[in-house]
Amino acid sequence: MSTTIAQTNILESQPQTSADFPAWFTDLQQQAWQKFLTTPMPTRKDEVWRFGNLKQLNFDGYSDDESTEITYTIPTLPEGVICLPFEEALKQHGDLVKEHFMKRETRLGSAKFAELHKARVKSGLFVYVPDGVRVEKPIEVSHVLSGNRQATFPHTLIITGKNAEVSVLDRFSSANNEDAGLCVAFNDLIAGEGSKLTYCAIQELNLSSRMIQVNATDVGRDAHAVAFTLNTGSQWARNEALSLLNGEGAHSDMLSCSIPAGTQQYDQRTYQHHASPHTNSDLLYKNTLFGTSKTVFSGLILVDQGAHFTDAYQTCRNLMMEETVEANSMPGLEINADQVKCSHGSTAASISDEEIYYLRARGIPARQARRLIANGFSVEVVERMRNERLEEVVLEAVDRKFSTIS
Amino acid sequence: MSYDTTIDAIDTETQEAIDVDRTKGDFSYPENHKYDAGVGLSKDTVEYICDVKNDPDWVREFRHKALDTFYSKPMPTNWATEDLNNIHFDEIRYYLADGQKPMRNWEDVPPEVLETFERLGVPEQERAFLAGVEAQYDSETAYSSVKEELEKEGVIFVNSTEGLKEHEEVFRPWFGKVIPTGDNKFSALNSAVFSGGSFIYIPKGLKVKHPLQAYFRINSENFGQFERTLIIADEGSEVMYMEGCTAPKFESTTLHSAVVELVAMKGAKIQYVTVQNWSSNVFNLVTKRGIAHEDAEVRWIDCNIGSRLTMKYPGVVMKGERARGEVISIALANSGQHQDTGAKMIHAANNTTSNVVSKSISVGEGRATYRGQVLIPKHLKGCKNNTECDALMINTNSKTDTYPAITVRGNQHVTQHEASVSQVSEEMLHYMQQRGISQAAAMSLAVNGFINDLVSEFPMEYSVELKRLIELEMEGSVG
Repeated sequence: MSTTIAQTNILESQPQTSADFPAWFTDLQQQAWQKFLTTPMPTRKDEVWRFGNLKQLNFDGYSDDESTEITYTIPTLPEGVICLPFEEALKQHGDLVKEHFMKRETRLGSAKFAELHKARVKSGLFVYVPDGVRVEKPIEVSHVLSGNRQATFPHTLIITGKNAEVSVLDRFSSANNEDAGLCVAFNDLIAGEGSKLTYCAIQELNLSSRMIQVNATDVGRDAHAVAFTLNTGSQWARNEALSLLNGEGAHSDMLSCSIPAGTQQYDQRTYQHHASPHTNSDLLYKNTLFGTSKTVFSGLILVDQGAHFTDAYQTCRNLMMEETVEANSMPGLEINADQVKCSHGSTAASISDEEIYYLRARGIPARQARRLIANGFSVEVVERMRNERLEEVVLEAVDRKFSTIS
Repeated sequence: MSYDTTIDAIDTETQEAIDVDRTKGDFSYPENHKYDAGVGLSKDTVEYICDVKNDPDWVREFRHKALDTFYSKPMPTNWATEDLNNIHFDEIRYYLADGQKPMRNWEDVPPEVLETFERLGVPEQERAFLAGVEAQYDSETAYSSVKEELEKEGVIFVNSTEGLKEHEEVFRPWFGKVIPTGDNKFSALNSAVFSGGSFIYIPKGLKVKHPLQAYFRINSENFGQFERTLIIADEGSEVMYMEGCTAPKFESTTLHSAVVELVAMKGAKIQYVTVQNWSSNVFNLVTKRGIAHEDAEVRWIDCNIGSRLTMKYPGVVMKGERARGEVISIALANSGQHQDTGAKMIHAANNTTSNVVSKSISVGEGRATYRGQVLIPKHLKGCKNNTECDALMINTNSKTDTYPAITVRGNQHVTQHEASVSQVSEEMLHYMQQRGISQAAAMSLAVNGFINDLVSEFPMEYSVELKRLIELEMEGSVG
């Protein structure tokens, strides 16, 4: 990787695809670049950007010349498991990548940036777990963004075979507190029949950086997928999560914990798509808002015609810590089938004086009492991952965030 | 096993038991119009309406500006249904009237108009329990009357034309202030071609015991009805207003696009009850909003049964401290119908509270949508919102959607939103059938139980009407 003097502009210069990549991928990248150039920018009129901050989508002057430092912490893997940097997987297991790489339409608003990602992706993680194989410990990947006005486009592709099990952690952080970074990360989670796939993303970028994270989860028959996102960093983050329940007995847990402070803004869009009968999805998004921060949650449960006996739940809770915060919620439902159990709920409230009084009566100072309650509020969703190691890492990050808030 | 076992096999009897009586309003009389603005919309149409109605200059100007706004606004199909594109504005007739002033006595009303309203039971209801009635036939009010004693106490109950001409000092300050012309494409259209509707003023401290009623009747084909209602309840007064509407079923589409503005001054209470039973060729695109000042209350009690497409989101702007806003809504969507209804709650003062309870039933291929907005802006304290929407789906191909949007700024408020979707379970029906209740009656009972707590929110006389409309066998399920 070389640093050129005239930096490439990620919005203008055609990306150079690596000569090592298979031809189909090079073609795909070139097509994606053309699509990126012709796809219009989102506008105010787009429902998927309602309440969103379109100004944050100006990525002019960013380049992707410098590489992001990626560290892989890989546990001992059982035989047959493939765990490689994304670019290596392209070379060695091109067919597997081809079968699953970005197959779903990006319908939650970032279609243009999906093309940009496709065109410029050159790093990330690829995991394939064969039938019946269980990986006990999480595979951990750390992305450290460095360089001012540098963009990165990591891709995480995880495929589990029949009755397989795996968990993956993606951490996004910045090398320092000053450099403005941009991370456009996509992940494809393909949970095969009866498998268990757990994915956890921790976003702790510095306050000059921005993040777009798009998730596509495909849950097969009797499979169980868990996708969790923690947002504590960046000035602005947009998360789009789409779960497709694609076989009877499929179960998807969609979880998120966000703790914005200062002027941070998090914009989250979710889609629970029930395409088969007897499927189950459960979404819990929790926001704890400080300072003049702002959150947007827009969720949709879509139950296709014929997807009877669906259970779909969607809950967004906002804990309003200060008078100056703003929470927007749009919990939506579209039901086209019968015999379904669907509900959604959205709340926004603050810690009540009674709760504080109760703790103070037990000798806990007010400030600490508020912190305890806010912490407990976050813990509830973190624990839903039911993965000891991942919970531990996430709770550490939650603590780090709380310690920066007076 | 088949997933479509239960209610797919609904028999005609059941279908009828939960369906609505649509025959009641399905008749029409030959047209007898002295004034007809012709087909299509242009500056000339607006001029024609102004001339016929002898509008003052400020109204003429208002209408022309509104027409420009209407032209400049796109169809809101970025969020609303594409079905809106099936409205052909150039095929609609915008003004039809026989040139008569509203009559104070039913005897003076033209015979076919009188017959229409008698068949709809309006004079009968007036005698029974109403404090005043306005009956609109196509573009103009045919009959308008308010009890003498109310008139003496200063109650004004006239149509919008009379309101703007004879009570300009009360009418004008609030006209178009709650819902500005440019609020949406259809409020702009209404502002350009409005005719009919009610103007009501309730003086300070007067609590009107009996409801005032308006009945909107469309008789003509290819017609658009654009009534405009403004209700002002002065300090400490109370009023309940009820509106009903029907139209014959025509092959072509009919457009109904009203604007209703309510102003509740300090401590006043306005309840606005709608039972909407348009025929299934009507596009019903209505903008309704109320302002509640200090300690005032605005309640929208809304029942949507008819029409091809209804888009209606009654709103309350809570402008004064401790103001309250409420929307109670029942929607029934049958095959060929889309009930896109909801509520808009704008909190603009401290300690304001709003409540939205919406229940919808989708039958056959019907589609019911809840669309809501709750806004609690900065620097306010102690605001509360509660939103509940429940949907009941009867058939396997029924559809229901919910699209709420809630914005809360600050940490001194409480909001909660809940929605559920359910259906009449096989077990429930089986249980009742075991006890000798036919499937039809069982289904009807279950549907009843679902909306019963909301039906009781309607005034007694109307809930009777409602029960008759929904043709549900209520006995046993009403406490």
